[in-house]
Amino acid sequence: MSYTFQFSALAQYQGEFLSGLWLTIRLSVLSIILGSAFGIVLASLRSVRGRWVRFLVDAYVEVIRNTPFLVQLFIVYFGLPGIGLRVGADTAALIGMTINLAAYSTEIIRAGIEAVHKSQIEAGEALGFTRFQIYRHVIIVPAVAKVYPALCSQFVLMMLASSVCSAISTHELAASAAFVESQTYRSFEVYIVVTLMYLALALVLRAGLALVGMWLFGRRVARRTITALPEVQA
Amino acid sequence: MTLRTFGINEFTFLVQSLQWTVVLTIIALIGGGLLGFAVALARTSSIKAVRIAAGTYIQVIQGIPVLMILFLSYYGLSLAGFELPPLIAAGASMTIYASGYLAEIWRGCIQAVPKPQWEASESLAMTRLQQYRYVILPQAMRISLPPTVGFAVQVVKNTSITSIIGFVELARAGQLINNATFQPFRVFIAVAILYFVVCYPLSQLSRWLERRLHAGSNR
Repeated sequence: MSYTFQFSALAQYQGEFLSGLWLTIRLSVLSIILGSAFGIVLASLRSVRGRWVRFLVDAYVEVIRNTPFLVQLFIVYFGLPGIGLRVGADTAALIGMTINLAAYSTEIIRAGIEAVHKSQIEAGEALGFTRFQIYRHVIIVPAVAKVYPALCSQFVLMMLASSVCSAISTHELAASAAFVESQTYRSFEVYIVVTLMYLALALVLRAGLALVGMWLFGRRVARRTITALPEVQA
Repeated sequence: MTLRTFGINEFTFLVQSLQWTVVLTIIALIGGGLLGFAVALARTSSIKAVRIAAGTYIQVIQGIPVLMILFLSYYGLSLAGFELPPLIAAGASMTIYASGYLAEIWRGCIQAVPKPQWEASESLAMTRLQQYRYVILPQAMRISLPPTVGFAVQVVKNTSITSIIGFVELARAGQLINNATFQPFRVFIAVAILYFVVCYPLSQLSRWLERRLHAGSNR
């Protein structure tokens, strides 16, 4: 067997790769913002509201975490029109990613909330904080700071998982790879280049999240964010 | 030709295709386990270059999408002159994927064995191999059980990605039936339920093991 690499064949498809990359970035950033916002709300609701709310949130988290992201995308993209909601491929990808990420971030933040010590809350009460102040300053912010590295690993995993959105014809990075491959037949070169782009994106995303972490929670959290690798979530 | 509806025959087909999901998961866990174990040992090696090489391998695998691993092994292997059935490409890529994550999980478990255990075994004049064999690994294995079972859930779910290269497992079977019946909501909800039926007990098992082993170590 002999195979000569011809990376030059890909040069003219630069624009194609860049537009795919851009969509991957937009989908990732938006789903990270929406997913973590939902995560904070759901994890908070779960810990302050009654049994039924807790059951519903837990059920949502378990269902999402125990089914594949690809199947969730299929349900959103192919299934929603069946009940009268027609969504485009990009919107479907964003909905799917947000639903998925919200479940994981709810679970991660819940663990952070449970780790807040009761005496901290009592200390807040002793200082005359209102319930909302306690919730904000004593519970949520320290909880998110504590689990921020784990949360960021999940964000990176979601960015990588967005590649399967190409299966519902969302034209992100993996889809542009498939397109260029179909035009040039240089499969190996195309996938090597795109794989390296994902790798670079993962590193940049993690560094960016560490900067955000430093701004929000200080240097120590930022350092843990850089070194954290995905935790296995049981 | 009339459109089929999603009935008992279609559901049976889904259940049958579930066996390929299970087969692929088992291949990934065995292959990825062997490779990942080697990488985990390399990651905890006393030679620095070996440690760095293993660390790079883990970082790369965890920094690229499973889909890209799949494409690279599907096309890469066929370039090497093999006309591949998708099962081989799917199995190879799931093995590589699983190895990167299992290596990191197990590295953590090996390093979670308290340091005095190494020192004690060294003072008994054990070789490094004996230290691993008789002292470190038995303890690391116990620690690794809950996260490994938890990771199996991720593997089961990620086998769905192999549907993209046409490997007929559960997700692909769902697509095929959807194409024939055009009842996407029913079909994919059924597919999701089948994945859930496999994954949920594993998740619970992992959590139960976690509690049990944790309770044991706090005595």
